Amino acid sequence: MSFYSPVITNASEATSNEKLHLFKYVEDPQQHKSEIFESHGGYTAWRKVLGGMSTQQVIDEVKNSGLRGRGGAGFPTGMKWGFVPKNSPKPTYLCCNADESEPGTCKDRVLMERDPHGVIEGMAIAAYAIGCHIMFIYIRGEFNHCIERMEEAAREARERGHLGENIYGSGYDLEMIVHSGGGAYICGEETALLNSLEGERGMSRIRPPIPAIEGLYASPTIVNNVESLAAVPHIINRGADWYKALGTEKSTGTKLFSLSGHVKRPGNFEVELGFSLEKLIYDPEYGGGILDDKKLKGVIPGGASTPFLTPEMINVGLDYESLTTVGSMLGSGAVMVFHEGTCIVWIIKKLIHFFRHESCGKCTPCREGTGWLENMINRIEAGQGQPGDIEKIEEVCGNILGRTICPLGDAAVMPIQSAIKNWREEWQYHIDHGKCQVETDFSFR
Amino acid sequence: MILTEESIQKIKEKAARYPHRKSAILPALTVAYRQVGHLNDEIYREIGRVINIPPVEIAEAATFYTMFPKKPVGKYLLQVCHNLSCALVGADSMITYLEDKLGIKKGETTDDGLFTLISVECLGSCATAPMIQINHDFHENLTREKLDKLLEELRAKA
Repeated sequence: MSFYSPVITNASEATSNEKLHLFKYVEDPQQHKSEIFESHGGYTAWRKVLGGMSTQQVIDEVKNSGLRGRGGAGFPTGMKWGFVPKNSPKPTYLCCNADESEPGTCKDRVLMERDPHGVIEGMAIAAYAIGCHIMFIYIRGEFNHCIERMEEAAREARERGHLGENIYGSGYDLEMIVHSGGGAYICGEETALLNSLEGERGMSRIRPPIPAIEGLYASPTIVNNVESLAAVPHIINRGADWYKALGTEKSTGTKLFSLSGHVKRPGNFEVELGFSLEKLIYDPEYGGGILDDKKLKGVIPGGASTPFLTPEMINVGLDYESLTTVGSMLGSGAVMVFHEGTCIVWIIKKLIHFFRHESCGKCTPCREGTGWLENMINRIEAGQGQPGDIEKIEEVCGNILGRTICPLGDAAVMPIQSAIKNWREEWQYHIDHGKCQVETDFSFR
Repeated sequence: MILTEESIQKIKEKAARYPHRKSAILPALTVAYRQVGHLNDEIYREIGRVINIPPVEIAEAATFYTMFPKKPVGKYLLQVCHNLSCALVGADSMITYLEDKLGIKKGETTDDGLFTLISVECLGSCATAPMIQINHDFHENLTREKLDKLLEELRAKA
């Protein structure tokens, strides 16, 4: 079995562009070996940290870098670490969130498959910063290749003294556990992830307490996305000021974008935050334009749970603030593109099916609401829509939004609301005529 | 006994790593799934005995996760991602193609017990779509030609 996803990356650009760092070595077929990783400067940040940085210095460096969570929420990483109580009588834990399952997102996989030690180094530094001696990586169960890769890398890191007891003679001990999940989108939500890691059903927990106070095994726990952690060694090596100079003023650093759907060159691309969405889609170095040279109809910029953008909105920077100003979100950086020959009701049918399937069932508005929505939307899509259906869908959406413990309910609703707002006439046409305004035919080639 | 000595050893090793043994439930289920191809009550009881946890707690966790089939499936479990990124490049027509080719409907198993066809939610192969997971391995950037070849290879191996 091949460990490598055949996915396209912009690693060649990353090797010549000093600003890019996450993808620099992902096309090197030996990068997963510790020895090669070390020859590329790997584990120097970890040595630097254990060689004399205090936990507070590490936290401050990451805080000052402006790094924000790359899993979707965009919460400042250093600030999150700072929430862990000092001198807690209980052990503290770090969990790397590798449940990658937001539709459209396929970036963390590349890091785990091709640069697993980069992930381990980032995890180790984060673990040290929060005083943790057992760290976990929670990988979705279907990613067998990543699980094997990470297990092998963890074993190797231990053999070579990067993990284990008294690392580099510093007196610091750190063990790593590679945990395989069961394939559930909800387990990407941090409290559900912790329940799942404890052997429970993956259902969200009510906050407070936040995991940093009471998380895994009721102990202080930090959950960070793979990509966020992979950025940490570079921040330690080159300093917060270097990192802060990348990207925009408020969205610092680089970000991995997973580009999929109707583009000529789908792939994973590392770019500075603030990079033009239009360029990502059309530039021959990235997306290369729309499949079959058709006209663009819309874009989901940050994963299945983020509101749609229409063609006139794509001249926008891919960063947390700019996408908010056009009414959407950066999310996990999953850019899904669809052309003029795509029925909007069909798209929503696909998305709502996913959210209904993945709702954990704990909160009634989400559990029942996503079901109602799917039934209504399927009915419209099948040509059985009735007058008043759009208003009914909007009403159900309004009754889910903001009424659930975790963001899954909001995630299910936001694309629907934006699809109705942007393409209301097309929904109406579907109901009035009992068929799509545009014929959707995506044949398998 | 359904679980082999090797599986039991693996489960014990995994369980020993965790500060709390209940955390070993999902990894144990994964070991059992890899060996047997599906899960059932008897397997929950056996895992329960190995890691000293009431079987009902094992079942409670297992039934939440759709990745584990709860009844026997064919030798090859064809799991086609049908979410948006894959669907935009033909996942639905790939399912129809497989239904026609194998003479079964989604959710069914071929008479020779070789193939079970199901659709699954996003597998994180969005930029290499359409894709299919067969048992534990991913097959990406699929075309008719590649899929035909893949099925032939599986038939030859069976």
